[in-house]
Amino acid sequence: MSHSVVINGVVKRYGDFTAVDKVDLSIKAGEFFTLLGPSGCGKTTLLRMIAGFNSIDSGEISFDQSVINQVPAHKRDIGMVFQNYAIFPHLDVSQNIAYGLKARRIPKQEIPALVTKALELMQITTLGKRRPSELSGGQQQRVALARAVVIEPGLLLMDEPLSNLDAKLRVQMRSVIKKLQRRLGITTIYVTHDQEEALAISDRIAVMKDGRIMQIGTPKEIYSKPQNPFVAGFIGTSNFLGCEILRTLATGDTEVLVGKQFACSLPLAKAGTHAALISVRPEQFFIADTGLHGNIELSTFLGDFINYEIRLDDGQVVEMNEYTKDMGDVRENGSSVYLQFLPQQVSVYDKETRERLSC
Amino acid sequence: MLKKLDIKRFGEFWNLVRIIVLGAIALFLVYPFSSLVIQSFFSPKGTGITLSNYRDFFSLPYYSSTLRRSLSVATTTMGTSLAIGIPIAYLMTRYNVFGKKTLHAMTIMSLMSPPFIGAYSWIVLFGRSGFITKLFAKVGVVVPTIYGRGGIIMVFTLMMFPYIYLYVSAAMSNIDRSLEEAAENLGSSSLRRLWTITLPVVFPSIASGAVIVFMTSLADFGTPMLIGEGYKVLPVLIYEEYMSEMGGNANLASALSVVIVCCSSVILMIQKWLVAKRNYTMTSMRPPQVVAVSGFKRFLVSLPVYVVTIIAILPQIVVLITSFIKTNGPVFLKGFSLNSYRNILYRLSKPISNTFLYAFVAIVFIIVSGILIAYLIVRKKGRTGSLLDLLVMFPYVIPGSVLGISLLVAFNKPPLLLTGTPLILIIAYVVRKLPFTVRSSSAFLHQMDPCIEEASINLGVSPMKTFFKITARIMAPGVISGAILSWITCINELSSSIMLYTGKTATISVAVYTEVVRNSFGTAAALASILSVSTALSLFLFMRVSKGSVSVV
Repeated sequence: MSHSVVINGVVKRYGDFTAVDKVDLSIKAGEFFTLLGPSGCGKTTLLRMIAGFNSIDSGEISFDQSVINQVPAHKRDIGMVFQNYAIFPHLDVSQNIAYGLKARRIPKQEIPALVTKALELMQITTLGKRRPSELSGGQQQRVALARAVVIEPGLLLMDEPLSNLDAKLRVQMRSVIKKLQRRLGITTIYVTHDQEEALAISDRIAVMKDGRIMQIGTPKEIYSKPQNPFVAGFIGTSNFLGCEILRTLATGDTEVLVGKQFACSLPLAKAGTHAALISVRPEQFFIADTGLHGNIELSTFLGDFINYEIRLDDGQVVEMNEYTKDMGDVRENGSSVYLQFLPQQVSVYDKETRERLSC
Repeated sequence: MLKKLDIKRFGEFWNLVRIIVLGAIALFLVYPFSSLVIQSFFSPKGTGITLSNYRDFFSLPYYSSTLRRSLSVATTTMGTSLAIGIPIAYLMTRYNVFGKKTLHAMTIMSLMSPPFIGAYSWIVLFGRSGFITKLFAKVGVVVPTIYGRGGIIMVFTLMMFPYIYLYVSAAMSNIDRSLEEAAENLGSSSLRRLWTITLPVVFPSIASGAVIVFMTSLADFGTPMLIGEGYKVLPVLIYEEYMSEMGGNANLASALSVVIVCCSSVILMIQKWLVAKRNYTMTSMRPPQVVAVSGFKRFLVSLPVYVVTIIAILPQIVVLITSFIKTNGPVFLKGFSLNSYRNILYRLSKPISNTFLYAFVAIVFIIVSGILIAYLIVRKKGRTGSLLDLLVMFPYVIPGSVLGISLLVAFNKPPLLLTGTPLILIIAYVVRKLPFTVRSSSAFLHQMDPCIEEASINLGVSPMKTFFKITARIMAPGVISGAILSWITCINELSSSIMLYTGKTATISVAVYTEVVRNSFGTAAALASILSVSTALSLFLFMRVSKGSVSVV
């Protein structure tokens, strides 16, 4: 029932500006797939191309091996949830949900039962007769979802559906959406700029920037093995330290220096130039008796952990986190510390090509 | 491929609409107005292209004085309307004035009254043989004359201050409360706050209102014609030059028309330029608080509003009452009767049916083209969109009489011989009143997120069906309220009708005018009352439909 989606070399241009630049994606049937990126990265443009609202300048989009480039939007059989829900203001909730069913010429007598089922699915059975203006943001969200899934589409598209909700509701709806998708097994393409949301909800994520795909992978792959500094910085927080790749040891490991101090030795998948970047997440640092030397400039108590800004001897400033439960006291500003990290956790990139060098 | 066809058909449909709309505008607006401009460069002596009309106009004081007078009347009216409209707006938005809703409706009613009823009523009251003039004469008091410049300005002011009131009160109730609270917090007194914060912030609305007042009083023909007497203003001169059987000069009238359109355009441009840098859009999270005063204070804040509103609505009351007074020709007798109504049924039923028939036909055209044009302007942006926007709003700067002359100039010969037909009146109405509907429809369309249409398409409804099922449906309140406004102004339209009518195609307002000129005051009052009552009913309907979401101005 659910479609697989293949996107092949798809391009969208607006004048000189290339909004989507030769994107290739392959989305499995039943998968929850997220397009993640900063605003202007082309994720929404791509989603609207799949929906049929933006034309495709070159390349192909196919559902289950059949190319849909020329199929008009209203014949694509896709459910879509819009950023601001796009509930028809002149119809009540039930009529909104029935709208797509009527367009599909479902026999009149079958419609009420289907609408009721959708209302039950979204747990809004009492809202059927309400006008959209009488609904809260979260309720509108549920109506929009009900309207999109009631037609049992082969594909569900969601364009930043949670961005208009407050933080608490956002987390709540996140799990509603995830459970709904699991239950219906419907292929879903989800667009967001919120990396935490993407990590929480997706089977796989495509990180986009400037119309291109930077990395595709499961949330865990993307977080722990970012393919380039952009992904490392966009997903979670990363400290980028300028470093020198020194020499390869007999073991095959390579020595890395930060500010003339020995930082670590680790195996590299590729040989790079002399100058490199090493990306360390704040929680990957730990304080030891030796290592990179620096002084604490600012400590911030954040409840479950403490965040330190530490200036290394060569002038670079890094952030590190220490869990409160592991540490008794907040370290004082100005204290001298030695930082270490586990080489297998961090990522090393070529400074010029931005390519990932570590395994 | 059938699927591909739907989209293509939708695109083709809009291309067709675009072509038809632009064609109609070219034929009924651009072509007539350019004919008028061209004609202004010819002289009846037939010596080729000449500037002699313009030279005559600016060199002969008889002509040029009318422009000076028109500008002076328009400027003064603007000043007096601001002086009355702004305080009324302030009192109405900030205090719990008694019977606010009724007052509001009455103010709109006085704005929507037929343009010359004010003049006519004041003549009935204060004219040479007016009720009050006579009353005072009995006790030996000479009432200052109502005729001339002062009279025109008074009538204009009472009719047009509602523009200022409506614009400014809308803006004043949209200021976020925190703005004034911040000023107060910074130690500014309430008067200083009004002067340094509130008024500057609502300046764009004040300017828009002021320009409308200026342009309307510059263009109005009925009032100065009736009450101006020796004080001749430009629209009256245009009418006389064009219509008079002896010594009239159609080419000169055309030149005068061009002059007056230039004046309006310049004023409009000045306003746009003044407002351009001062457009403080704000989303009023917390509208200003309405101060609840009680007792004598409440009486004090209500009193000025009542005085102004009652004086403004007085003409219509006078008209209504006089329509029931017994008459014998021009003379009012003692006692009441339905004579005047019997008279018009017997003699003037044609103008009544004409008015409603023409207005109805015009409205049908206005609704259909209003929806389509609004959609083209808002959704199908690009060059045609902005061109359409400009063209559709152009009639704002063309006085009705000028539009009338343009149409006469353009359609007085075969194959497009429309002069004297009902069609030419209907064309004039559509061209002149379309902006109301286009504006209110596009306001609704602007508020409507394009996603709503996409959601419908996404759910499997073709773009064409979506337009009729969703878009048109959501625009409906805007379209209908705009159409009612267009309807009200259509049935009250005088300045273009007076140019275009013939005996058979007279409308109520034309008939009122000719009856007043013939001193047949009773029938005039009865006809005017029919208009007033129709207007009031339409206005009531408008308020019901629009629920305050569409402004009448």
